[in-house]
Amino acid sequence: MAVVEVRGLRKDFGDVTAVDGVDLQSEEGEFLVLLGPSGCGKTTLLRMIAGLEQPTEGEILLGGEDVSGLPPRARRIAMVFQSYALYPHMTVANNIAFPLKAQGMDPEERTKKVEWAAGLFGIERLLQRRPRQLSGGERQRVALARALVREPTVFLLDEPLSNLDAKLRAAARDDLMEFQRRIGITTIYVTHDQVEAMGMGDRIAVMNHGKVRQLGTPEDVYHHPADVFVAQFLGSPPMNLLETPTFVFGFRPEQFLPEGIAESEGTRVPFSFHVNRIEYLGSERYLYGYIREYDETRVIAMLPATVTLPVAIDQDHKFSVPKDQLRFFDLDDGRRIAPQTLMR
Amino acid sequence: MTTTTERKERYLGDNPRFLAGLFMSPAVLYILALVGFPFVLAIVYAFTDISTGNPELDFVGWATFSRVLDDPVFREALWNTFLFAVIANVLVVVLATALAEILVRDFKGKWLVRFLVLLPWVAPVSLATITWLWTLDSIFSPIDWVLRQLGLITENMYWLGQPGTAMTSVIAVQTWRIVPLAAVIVMAGLIAIPGDITDAVAVDGAGFWRRMFQVTIPLLAPIIAVAVLFGVILTISDMSVVYVLTRGGPTNSTQVLSTWAFIKGIEGGALAQGAAVALFLLPVLIGITAVVLRLARRREVM
Repeated sequence: MAVVEVRGLRKDFGDVTAVDGVDLQSEEGEFLVLLGPSGCGKTTLLRMIAGLEQPTEGEILLGGEDVSGLPPRARRIAMVFQSYALYPHMTVANNIAFPLKAQGMDPEERTKKVEWAAGLFGIERLLQRRPRQLSGGERQRVALARALVREPTVFLLDEPLSNLDAKLRAAARDDLMEFQRRIGITTIYVTHDQVEAMGMGDRIAVMNHGKVRQLGTPEDVYHHPADVFVAQFLGSPPMNLLETPTFVFGFRPEQFLPEGIAESEGTRVPFSFHVNRIEYLGSERYLYGYIREYDETRVIAMLPATVTLPVAIDQDHKFSVPKDQLRFFDLDDGRRIAPQTLMR
Repeated sequence: MTTTTERKERYLGDNPRFLAGLFMSPAVLYILALVGFPFVLAIVYAFTDISTGNPELDFVGWATFSRVLDDPVFREALWNTFLFAVIANVLVVVLATALAEILVRDFKGKWLVRFLVLLPWVAPVSLATITWLWTLDSIFSPIDWVLRQLGLITENMYWLGQPGTAMTSVIAVQTWRIVPLAAVIVMAGLIAIPGDITDAVAVDGAGFWRRMFQVTIPLLAPIIAVAVLFGVILTISDMSVVYVLTRGGPTNSTQVLSTWAFIKGIEGGALAQGAAVALFLLPVLIGITAVVLRLARRREVM
């Protein structure tokens, strides 16, 4: 049974539709990522699941039970906020104990639970401190401990890493993954960072304009994007998209390689690539240019550092893409369509 | 940079110290003339026996102060000031916090409620108080009329004519006047509480009272302290409410230090004693300010 299920969920703020008919199911113990640009409705969706926003339309089911009208405290959810939202006037111990106090748990049991949760995150020695005396990473652990102490059925995380600096973020991500695997709790994680989404998610729901554009594993959404939005939102640099009179096709920059370098298994589709500019990034080279037949669209090729072949600027080069790596999209609605034949 | 703006020499207007002085001078002059000068004059007067009948500065040391302290009316006024400030401000804090909580909510007609709440504060004190004077009139009081119609009283209350009800009335009107200011201050504090904190409280399962007493009020404490500071200073230093409503009566039962200083010094002509009574407030106010500001700072650095 789905731990979290939303059906036809919709949220209007005045004239603006933040979430526009979303259907989604999360599976037991799964790490589900809601990914999308800012303003795509991912946070609103999360807040509706938490009960912090009331949906305009649609149903929310937790463990098969309709909780749509219920306040947050009646749902067995825990949420970690972007700012962590620790109570600044309370010690770490009291922060973690707060949800238990609200439940009316007796003090002895409460102390035990707080120690258990603190132990899970290795923050026992911080229990008597106040939030402002903690580092960013420590605050995150306290926020996680406070969320977990009630043993919720679902864990909701709203961009919990975005307040950390780059170095700390990698470590915190590691921590978070390790802990999620160990506890095995169903998690819904909101982020706009595709690296986080690809690295952490069991499945990713890519959202745009209040709709889920694609739901699938990281491999799925990267290699088999459901539409041009997903194709361009994921990947850095994004998928190259080229327009023909009847359809759109695309390929990933790392699949676009010079003739002769590429392994010759399967059929390859050749293109004449005119290179304008080269960016040398250490572990790879980005080649910017265009393809002769589609000269109004910029195309990027990404060569790994292992390809040392010299590439001259302002000249045409023979490049190719494996035929099975070409993706085809409808010209009008941008949806994925069956493979087409490239007219040459 | 273009050539026209390239100047070699510095003008006076380029000097930030000069500009700072220039821009501050109106405020400084104003404060010196209307606060500083009378303040110094009051200190000088308090150590003389000057009166309107004898406007000569004869220094008498602390003699004026001891005469003032020996006066039983002064002691009654001191006690009344204390009672007045404490009760009014306890009421102000409770009402302002409740009002602020209402004012930050979204509801229809919010602007009207906000306007009505602020009205007592924006109305001139003396005019507003005169309205209350009529409302509490011994014969024509509409409050009495309502109570009579409800059958709760048979005779008029004479609100301002009996010591107990007079003090109650004065405190009520002062509370009514200060609540809007305190409510706006507390509201600013409420708005400053991050939305994530409020959401976290909801997700953590706390209800209204737990949120109020374990999160909102502790987080608001420094702001409430500031509101109390303003409230105490405004109740202690203000004479208009008491003066307009009762002139300290009946038989000095609502006399406070500020009215007593005015009655003694200006109406009675004993300028030296009036000044001494007025200065008596100063160390009290400085003490309260220091304590409250220290409390507020301690809450902040938590």
